[in-house]
Amino acid sequence: MSKGGRLASVLGLFLVVVGLVVWAVASLLTPGVPGGVVNFTNTQASGQPVHLTVQTVGSIGFGAHPSWVSYLVKDPKTGKWVHDTSWELPANTVIDMTVYQYDSGSPLRNQEWGQVQGTIGHSATLNGQSFTSYNSNTGNGVGHTFAIPSLNVSVPLVGVSGNPCAVAPCHFNSPHNVETFSFKTPGPGSYNWQCFVPCALGYIFGNGGAMSTQNYMGGELEVVS
Amino acid sequence: MAPENSKESGENDFRRIVTIWIVVSVVLDLLYWFLVGPHVPPGRMTSSAKANQLDFNVLFVIALPVMVGVWEWLAYAGLRWNVKRKDAPESVGGPSAAGNKRTEFWWITVTSVVVLFLAVYGTIELYAGNGSGGGEGPNPILQPAGAVKAEAAALAGTGSWSPNTNAVLPVQVIAQQWKFTYRYPTFGGFESPYLILPANTQIEFNVTSLDVIHSFWAYQLEVKADANPMVDNVAFTKTEQLGSFEVRCSELCGIWHGAMFNSGKVVSESAFMTWATSTEAANAANTKNLPPFAWTYVPDANGAAGGYYPDGGVTPYSPVEIYGSKQPS
Repeated sequence: MSKGGRLASVLGLFLVVVGLVVWAVASLLTPGVPGGVVNFTNTQASGQPVHLTVQTVGSIGFGAHPSWVSYLVKDPKTGKWVHDTSWELPANTVIDMTVYQYDSGSPLRNQEWGQVQGTIGHSATLNGQSFTSYNSNTGNGVGHTFAIPSLNVSVPLVGVSGNPCAVAPCHFNSPHNVETFSFKTPGPGSYNWQCFVPCALGYIFGNGGAMSTQNYMGGELEVVS
Repeated sequence: MAPENSKESGENDFRRIVTIWIVVSVVLDLLYWFLVGPHVPPGRMTSSAKANQLDFNVLFVIALPVMVGVWEWLAYAGLRWNVKRKDAPESVGGPSAAGNKRTEFWWITVTSVVVLFLAVYGTIELYAGNGSGGGEGPNPILQPAGAVKAEAAALAGTGSWSPNTNAVLPVQVIAQQWKFTYRYPTFGGFESPYLILPANTQIEFNVTSLDVIHSFWAYQLEVKADANPMVDNVAFTKTEQLGSFEVRCSELCGIWHGAMFNSGKVVSESAFMTWATSTEAANAANTKNLPPFAWTYVPDANGAAGGYYPDGGVTPYSPVEIYGSKQPS
């Protein structure tokens, strides 16, 4: 091979390696948020609480992983259930949250998550009854939690009896519990939320799959001013 | 070509190099020790942090003269011994130094003394600091007086702590994806997402995990211990200053590893007592649902013995302690 050819080969290989490095770094730095962000800003008058409604389902029933457990959120603009766990919320605002829990439960791995934490009044309601702690070793156990670790918010979502709904979005004719609670958003920033029940069926210790994939059992609160 | 008086020139150069080296090293070492040293992380919030700061400063004060010597030699090589200079003398330590017994003796002696001193110093510091805030495993060799008694009392549920008693305070660190929680066995075994510690108190951290491997790293406390499921990893430190610190997981543990952090506080002993007793009372309803305090917990509360979360059930139960799970009848 001529000197020019060798030089071109080395240069070409160098460019390929640089391209791969740039691609790898860009992939790492780009957050994988499928489905966009559901916007809850400007849905209420300034200073008024924002209403956020979600449901938990034992199996989403569609998409790439139809058997995976998941959260869904009600889009404030269309009123339709959306499979998206990234929500844009106004800063320093009370969020009134309603959770329709359609999944079964079990004893918690850590009963610490049976305690309602970080909500306004340190309590939540379960089917209209106020509670501050739920013993997951009784009744139907706890199916999931809604928790924002950096804000120390955590609410146990009590499991349902009977056959859980299998395809999302679930409707009121399926067994469900309704829980409500409120919390206040902090200043602008990105805050992750997650479920603390290792609920990924078929994965070791229940921690893989839906627990470790964005848009199923965890997401982001994008808090904006 | 070296000039004829190269031997005399070399001795003069060497004398000048050593003089400059000593003066600059002493000045820089003193400036570092008194101006920079007291502000070097991780600070002085605990005994292990203070010892770590001292160790870092000692290492730096030893390293600084080495660095000065290398830079000075480099400057001489570039300016005085540059071969492009027609009258450049032979460099000190150049070809004529090969096989020079005196040079070899001092080179080996000085480097050996530095390395051996650091080895001995490091070992003494490790012992004197009860492990220097590092995880020592379930059976720590280095531990402060009173630790064994405090451990036994914690496990029996009879432990107590109050201000000004010099009692060791055990705090269990429970890691799970993706948050640390803390259990205080001397206060009824309540669990909390907040890590609050009393000042002037010997703390025993018992670090464990309920799922994968995490690592408890409280940088300002200079405490770092891996959190392994089914392992009680013990680390000691003594709190000495009030202030806030940050806890981070330092073991890549899954999708939200980067969000697995929280802040903690070292408060006065009386403030800690107030917080602990009020939290114990506030959490009483939930604490009674927690399992009995234990050093480790089987992490398959929701799963079968193999650790896989079973579809639709919570059996079979493990015969050993399960964290928060229904116990066998």
